[in-house]
Amino acid sequence: MSMLKIEGVHTFYGNIEALRGVDMEVNEGEIVTLIGANGAGKTTLLMTCCGSPQATKGRILFEGQDISRMPTHEICHLGIQQSPEGRRIFPRMSVHENLQMGANTQDPKYFEDDLEMVFDLFPRLKERINQRAGTMSGGEQQMLAIGRALMGRPRLLLLDEPSLGIAPLVVKQIFETIKKINREKKVTVFLVEQNAFHALKLAHRGYVMVNGNITLSGTGAELLANPEVRAAYLEGGH
Amino acid sequence: MSSAFASSRTSGSEIVKELAFFAVIALLMSVMILGVETVDRPTGLELAVRWDLVLIAIGSTVIGRLALIVRREGISRLVQALMITLAAVCVFEMFVRFRDMDDRWASPVVLDMAVGSFTSIVVTVCFLAIVFAIAYFSMKEKSAVVVDESTKISSKIQVAYRSNTKKIGLIGIIFFFIFPLIFGENRSAIDLATLVMIYIMLGWGLNIVVGLAGLLDLGYVAFYAVGAYSYALLSQNFDLSFWLCLPLAGIFAASFGIVLGFPVLRLRGDYLAIVTLGFGEIIRVILINWYDLTGGPDGISSIERPSFFGLAEFSRRVPEGSIGFGDLMGIEYSSMHRLIFLYYLILILALVTNFVTMRLRKLPIGRAWEALREDEIACRSLGINPTNTKLSAFAIGAMFGGFAGAFFATRQGFISPESFTFLESAVILAIVVMGGMGSQIGVVLAAVVMIGFPEMFRELAEYRMLIFGAGMVAIMLWRPRGLLSFRDPTILLNMSKKEKVAGEAK
Repeated sequence: MSMLKIEGVHTFYGNIEALRGVDMEVNEGEIVTLIGANGAGKTTLLMTCCGSPQATKGRILFEGQDISRMPTHEICHLGIQQSPEGRRIFPRMSVHENLQMGANTQDPKYFEDDLEMVFDLFPRLKERINQRAGTMSGGEQQMLAIGRALMGRPRLLLLDEPSLGIAPLVVKQIFETIKKINREKKVTVFLVEQNAFHALKLAHRGYVMVNGNITLSGTGAELLANPEVRAAYLEGGH
Repeated sequence: MSSAFASSRTSGSEIVKELAFFAVIALLMSVMILGVETVDRPTGLELAVRWDLVLIAIGSTVIGRLALIVRREGISRLVQALMITLAAVCVFEMFVRFRDMDDRWASPVVLDMAVGSFTSIVVTVCFLAIVFAIAYFSMKEKSAVVVDESTKISSKIQVAYRSNTKKIGLIGIIFFFIFPLIFGENRSAIDLATLVMIYIMLGWGLNIVVGLAGLLDLGYVAFYAVGAYSYALLSQNFDLSFWLCLPLAGIFAASFGIVLGFPVLRLRGDYLAIVTLGFGEIIRVILINWYDLTGGPDGISSIERPSFFGLAEFSRRVPEGSIGFGDLMGIEYSSMHRLIFLYYLILILALVTNFVTMRLRKLPIGRAWEALREDEIACRSLGINPTNTKLSAFAIGAMFGGFAGAFFATRQGFISPESFTFLESAVILAIVVMGGMGSQIGVVLAAVVMIGFPEMFRELAEYRMLIFGAGMVAIMLWRPRGLLSFRDPTILLNMSKKEKVAGEAK
């Protein structure tokens, strides 16, 4: 059964149509990745799933419930958490306080266990627990953003470019952790990435977005082998 | 001055240009402030011109600048110290002339003293020697060393402050509690302390809105006014006691906070500031024009004073059916009793404000305010409802403003719209910003500096505003983010205090 189903979604920024009828779905237990160039509409699609901005046309179903008209803060209570583009951690708060903010939607009784779980996944965060989040490196901040999202006990985790501006070694580490989160914590992951090679290697299935439309879809391995994808997103360095 | 200049020497003509520039600026600034004065003569008001003061102001500016240039160019400290001494003499001259207005164009006071009696010669020489010595020995050959040391000291102070915040707070509370015991008979001291305390409370209230939730509110005085007028009107029209009106005033102010909050939910930054500013003015204009209810510009007078928790009265002639405070306590009547009672009342109200704020900061709602200040989008994506969060910040901040307003009304016994001008909002905001946004002890410090000092130096008349301005400039230069501007985590985990301080310091 599909966990997240996006049906013919159009999203506008003023007069500019950023999404032109997107259809895709994320099944339970999968890692699904969305790749595409700058400005293709990847982040817009992810944010539309969170209700900010809201879709002008079309429906977004989460476990059968239409969430396309819900305000953002209510959507998270359903079990969707995201690590937004540019991480958006709270820079002047400590790591611990950031993680507390993530547990905002949850019963406090889970807090200690969830904290242990996040520290298990990202031991670096435990070392930095009382440090101001804004003073950490980009990789550590990304770990914090993912950890913060996990504190909300999501069933669907939305990740927007976790590899952005991070050292290659750390990127590898983060992608491995995402795999671990998916496999061991049974969290479905929807990953938006520019780093197509890593993303497709990790994902069960993938979609390619061009100018607000989905142009290609298939399993990760299929897309990696696809000559068009290779030419557009993979050639040149990877 | 920056050491970049020290390596290359500026040419003479450039120095002259620089000095001329500063002379012109000094002229422009002093000509209106020092240059003219209205004098009350039998024939009516007359404009008196005081060119001597202007000249001395320009002189001291130029000499002071010259001292800086000399310092920048790395000339020996003997010359620098001489310059500074000369500038000090100019400033001294200006003050003496300002105090003693007759004898306009007399010879310089210092010169008079130097050739006067033996004692005056000794005094003058001592004065010059002391100034010179201070200037000479405080001067370092290399300016870079000075900067290095001063930053070291300031970071030391910071670390000391951080590790002792609780102790400092406790000492402060004890000091304010025993304050009336020390200054018990000094009426003006108690009055001033009460005034400072009102502003501390207002500062703490506004700190919730501005410091924690990050919503720039320029109309905070409106809630103060709502609180004051609700108490005054309720007590006059319905004969309710202060103790009943106090919570009511808070509730009224909080509901006004929500009324203001709704339309500004979508606004941020400058736009929010403009709307709140307008709101503050609307309240004031209503108070002026709704003559039947508020008495318009005449205000409301003979507002009831608070009783001793309904048990006793503070007035000399006790009305029928109640007893005086002195009789209740078995002590002789004194007019100071009421003032001291009022002081303790506002002290407790302020401490309640502080306590509630500190508790709220540890609760989810307080954390949500801070998160909202940092990043609204992230907040929403974590399931925080920004509408409720903002409204609650406005309402709770306004509530404390309302309490302070009710207290203000009962203390003054008379209120009018004139007490609730934009200037008040600006002063309260300045206290919060100067204290370092979100810092509770910073607010106390800033309120003492901003309210206490100008009142203490009232004898300097309009010159205190000059000093006030200089103080503001100094703060902008050395502590641009507020006196105590750093936010510490409210909860620390698995770490001793020392480790944490060390971690933050690097």
